[in-house]
Amino acid sequence: MALFPETMPRPEPDMDDAPFWEACAERQLRFQSCAVCGMLRHPPAPICGGCHSTETVWTAAPTEAEVFSFTVIHHASHPAVADDLPYVVGLVTFPGLPGVKLVTNITDIPPSEVRIGMPLTLWWDDIGDGMHLPRFRPA
Amino acid sequence: MGTSARAPHIVGIGQSAYTRWGGIQDRSQFQITAEAIVAAARDAGLPVSAIDGLTSFSNDSNEGPVMQAALGIPELRWSAMVWGGGGGGSCGAVSLACAAIESGQAEVVVAYRGLCQGQGRRYGRAAPTRTHGNFIAPYGLFAPPQMLALMVQRFMHLYPITEDHLAEIALSFRANANRNPLAVMGDRTLTKEQYLASRWIAEPLRLYDCCLETDGAAAVLITTAERARDLVQQRVEVLASAHGSGAGWSTGPLGSQNMPNDTYASTNNRRLAKELFARAGLTPDDIDVAQIYDHFSGMVLMALEDFGFCGPGESGDFVAEGNIRHDGGKLPLNTSGGQLSEAYVHGVNLIIEGVRQLRGTSTAQVADARTCLVTGGLGVAPTSAILLGRN
Repeated sequence: MALFPETMPRPEPDMDDAPFWEACAERQLRFQSCAVCGMLRHPPAPICGGCHSTETVWTAAPTEAEVFSFTVIHHASHPAVADDLPYVVGLVTFPGLPGVKLVTNITDIPPSEVRIGMPLTLWWDDIGDGMHLPRFRPA
Repeated sequence: MGTSARAPHIVGIGQSAYTRWGGIQDRSQFQITAEAIVAAARDAGLPVSAIDGLTSFSNDSNEGPVMQAALGIPELRWSAMVWGGGGGGSCGAVSLACAAIESGQAEVVVAYRGLCQGQGRRYGRAAPTRTHGNFIAPYGLFAPPQMLALMVQRFMHLYPITEDHLAEIALSFRANANRNPLAVMGDRTLTKEQYLASRWIAEPLRLYDCCLETDGAAAVLITTAERARDLVQQRVEVLASAHGSGAGWSTGPLGSQNMPNDTYASTNNRRLAKELFARAGLTPDDIDVAQIYDHFSGMVLMALEDFGFCGPGESGDFVAEGNIRHDGGKLPLNTSGGQLSEAYVHGVNLIIEGVRQLRGTSTAQVADARTCLVTGGLGVAPTSAILLGRN
């Protein structure tokens, strides 16, 4: 069962980020990187800020991550989350893939026990219509 | 200071009444913005027809050329807006005005912002069109307090910053508002107990760590030193102004950005602050009073460090020692009550309060204040700041 109800906003892929979501649909977390110089970038962007190449490759992320920062959200800024308060939004990094941070949810732990630096592992949340979202739980 | 005939000076300030969110329903946002511009011209003792430049920021919908027509301004010579949402560009709108004046492209420029959240969208609610929304909304990261809570959390992890220090920001600004009859929270006191008992919005931010949601408009009028000499008000020089952004900010909304890790828990102002002070020939020790953009309490602490009023990680001790209080502090902050307790006009109300301090007309006046730092929105891109001075 998905973390949030069906009324939750879904990704609406655009020209720049569609490959990211196509990978998520296949339960693959892949970050965009420059095909020429290898620099990672996220969210996806149409040109490399390092060498200005527009050629890209999609680099598989490890499933191990750690908490870079987080917030426990108690206020429903959107009606879809009203029954799920409080919930934890995390900003996570990947020790095996330096250079990129990802906004996600941290689940399966009481919010008061989440700590910066805590090791996490990836799980895929089936949000229906063939889309999956990367979320994380304590390793 | 102020030796050049074209050195920019703020000679007029104008504002609407400030009300709680939805409090202005009988007049349009455009109307109260026009009224604030007229008030700034009257305050300066200039006819509205003398205005030849208009600047704003934050995708302000009160478009300059439309405003020109509405106000009957005969010739517009400068019309410009700083990119970016929120208050990041508030002082940037002043820096655009200064650029026009110093270069001779305009003579009298008004920087303004009108914001009726009751007539438009509430900033505390999810907005469907946020940049890179795909990478935040499906995870429930919808609104600025949630995004900047991520940065404040990291800041509190790295340094000895506690909820007592966040409380000191909220409480001292409220005490200032209680002296200001124009403040939305002017007659509402706040105690430490009430602060600690207030509900969480997004940890580590409680209700009173977050700015108000209000309706209002505010404007400042800027002209040359030469013209300022003949006008009625105590002239306030813009000693230096700056706006810009460091590497990697704007790669995602607010706290989700992929900026370098070592600048993550910062206000995106470290370079800007150094250059701003250098341009004015001042140091942080020279500043008598400051108006620091207070969308969220923890960001004000970060700004005290980034602008050099204390070292990295020392802002908690700095505020705990009473340094930001109007009553005896060495750097009184947000003397009108700021955006936590006066009004949220994306920071233009802070610029107005900076001018009042140097005119000697603040309701929490700092004795003989001669220099004031005002910042725009923190932890966003672009950011901006100005240094104001009185000869």
